Amino acid sequence: MRAALFVTCVNDALYPSTGIATVRLLERLGVEVDFPAAQTCCGQPQFNTGYRRGTEPLVRRMTRVFDGYDYVVTPSGSCAAMVRHHYPRIGGEDAAGLASRTYELTEFLVDVVGVTDVGAYFPHTVTYHPSCHGLRMLGLGERPRKLLESVRGLELRELPGADECCGFGGTFALKNSDVSAAMGQDKVHHAVTTGAEVLCGADNSCLMHIDGILRREGAAPRAVHLAEILASTEEEPWS
Amino acid sequence: MSGTYLGMPAFPVAAKEAVGNETLRGNLRHATHTIRDKRARAVAELADWDLLREAGKQIKDRTLRHLDRYLLQLEESVTAAGGVVHWAADAEEANRIVADLVKATGEREVVKVKSMATQEIGLNEALAAEGIAAYETDLAELIVQLGEDRPSHILVPAIHRNRGEIREIFRDRMGEWGRAAPDGLSDTPAELAEAARLHLREKFLRAKVGVSGANFMVAETGTLVVVESEGNGRMCLTLPETLISVVGIEKVVPSWRDLEVFLQTLPRSSTAERMNPYTSMWTGTHDSDGPRNFHLVLLDNGRTDTLADEVGRQALRCIRCSACLNVCPVYERAGGHAYGSVYPGPIGAILSPQLRGTRSEIDASLPYASSLCGACYEVCPVAIDIPEVLVHLRERVADQGGKGHRLEKAMMKAAGWVLDHPGVLAAGERAASRTRALHPSKPPGAGAWTDARELPELPPEPFRDWWKKNRGNDRKDSGT
Ligand code: SF4
Repeated sequence: MRAALFVTCVNDALYPSTGIATVRLLERLGVEVDFPAAQTCCGQPQFNTGYRRGTEPLVRRMTRVFDGYDYVVTPSGSCAAMVRHHYPRIGGEDAAGLASRTYELTEFLVDVVGVTDVGAYFPHTVTYHPSCHGLRMLGLGERPRKLLESVRGLELRELPGADECCGFGGTFALKNSDVSAAMGQDKVHHAVTTGAEVLCGADNSCLMHIDGILRREGAAPRAVHLAEILASTEEEPWS
Repeated sequence: MSGTYLGMPAFPVAAKEAVGNETLRGNLRHATHTIRDKRARAVAELADWDLLREAGKQIKDRTLRHLDRYLLQLEESVTAAGGVVHWAADAEEANRIVADLVKATGEREVVKVKSMATQEIGLNEALAAEGIAAYETDLAELIVQLGEDRPSHILVPAIHRNRGEIREIFRDRMGEWGRAAPDGLSDTPAELAEAARLHLREKFLRAKVGVSGANFMVAETGTLVVVESEGNGRMCLTLPETLISVVGIEKVVPSWRDLEVFLQTLPRSSTAERMNPYTSMWTGTHDSDGPRNFHLVLLDNGRTDTLADEVGRQALRCIRCSACLNVCPVYERAGGHAYGSVYPGPIGAILSPQLRGTRSEIDASLPYASSLCGACYEVCPVAIDIPEVLVHLRERVADQGGKGHRLEKAMMKAAGWVLDHPGVLAAGERAASRTRALHPSKPPGAGAWTDARELPELPPEPFRDWWKKNRGNDRKDSGT
């Protein structure tokens, strides 16, 4: 099975470890991974801020770059949701084709590869924050949780108010900084009460916001992308 | 809308104050979480909830598509049943019609059923200017009115107040408006409710004119429907000699049968009740029952313009259940007042800028008052895709330019260009990574971010460079 990795602009520039983990994980599961280097950004920040026309060239680029792949995989719920829900309306038929072939990582693992136990080893306490776009727009449901529960050594702890938005929301974090921060602080306080060592999510944009508050407050859990947990094995542990 | 809201600062500024108010945030958190959990349980009881939601959406959409036809049918039915129909293009016209109708009765006071439409047009203030006193009879509205406050929630206008604050308001203010609060009033719900009951009873028995809105108007029979929990509305609808109902034109439904859907979805969504406690229906006038004179004022006030917008018009499906407010994480922190309108929360963020336009500072900021988390869409009983409308309205605001958006537009354009040139993007990323040791921990312009959060640390190299080094040589690179 061959799949193209859409790493997303945030992961490329700020969280390369998520992309690397995704590659290692998929390869371990027998998926041949390609990275079309001409990819940049799905256009979500522009689209959600009200610059729809500015996203059109990016939608065309994405559609061109990922042409010919049966599967496009991305470790980001919000970017997958952007492609899945908005591309058909912005970019017409070809973009709709890309939308139907694009999968968020946990969807791809569970629905396409057909695994929930990916053979990972991660001896830590973990709490999981389901980001809104993955939760509501993609309907990821139990997939991430099932994957996490199958990880050896991992103890999953329930995050109170898990379904509530962390307050990132793209440019919302800047335009409504006070409300955004208040939401993030509540999320962080909930995470702290679980006593988990790691707060895990499947969207680095949200994790960037949560982690930024965790570090500002000197609070305990570290924010880690789900892909890194799933990529971690006894031979090559997460560090 | 009401003059009270003119000159409101933009949402982020108004919200800042609320975010810092611990009492307010505590009141809101408690109230919204209680009702949202109850709603979830009440909705889960119905196996056909998704079908009801879809039915409600379709009934509303079909009605809106043929709104002119149903409104004319309604006018005919109401007239045939002995009522009089008035058409009001905007708030001013509606207020004038109501004031003239009240004056024609020779009365100087009216009792009011809680109504969003009359608040939207600022009717109480307009009547006061004509020397007519309008008494709110809904408990929460009474609290707001006595406290010279503004409502902050569609269903529970005094949600921002706790019991202690309510006792103070009753004790200090009731006497000026009518029967005073009993001595030694405590803050137990029973005593507070009894004080309000005695205060209001006096008004009900005296009033000759009642003013209401309506949750629904049935075109085929000319029947108006008010759904409420306390019974105060029913008193106002049946005791006075003259009844004046001010209703937004989007409230019409074609037939009596359509009510079946909404009378199931509305109470469960709003108060988490299986069935609504008081559902009052009135059709024109009757010789021996209820008011002798009935006037219906049909209010446009920006609704026709909203209807003209293909994406935005879905906001007119709203049945004002307030479920979206109760699940909204932004509303929970910012409070209702920050929205600068009688319609706060997610529905307010899409309705107010459509009814009033996006020219004022507050209206231009409302489409951005959301993290687009989608919780509002998930609970809406008529499936209004609020995030979709928010993004659509952001486009309108960004297009119109104005404060803050010119620079943003230029930045978005520049970013768009870089993102369409992967070579430039890669070079930029590489340069940033290599010079990361030199970066200040708080780069200029990052203030809004670093006020509350640390910036992410830049990695030693971007992903694309790792790929090139580790996978690039032996693989086909299909990038173009
Ligand atoms: S938008 Fe939907 S959820 Fe919000 S008040 Fe209206 S009907 Fe209720």
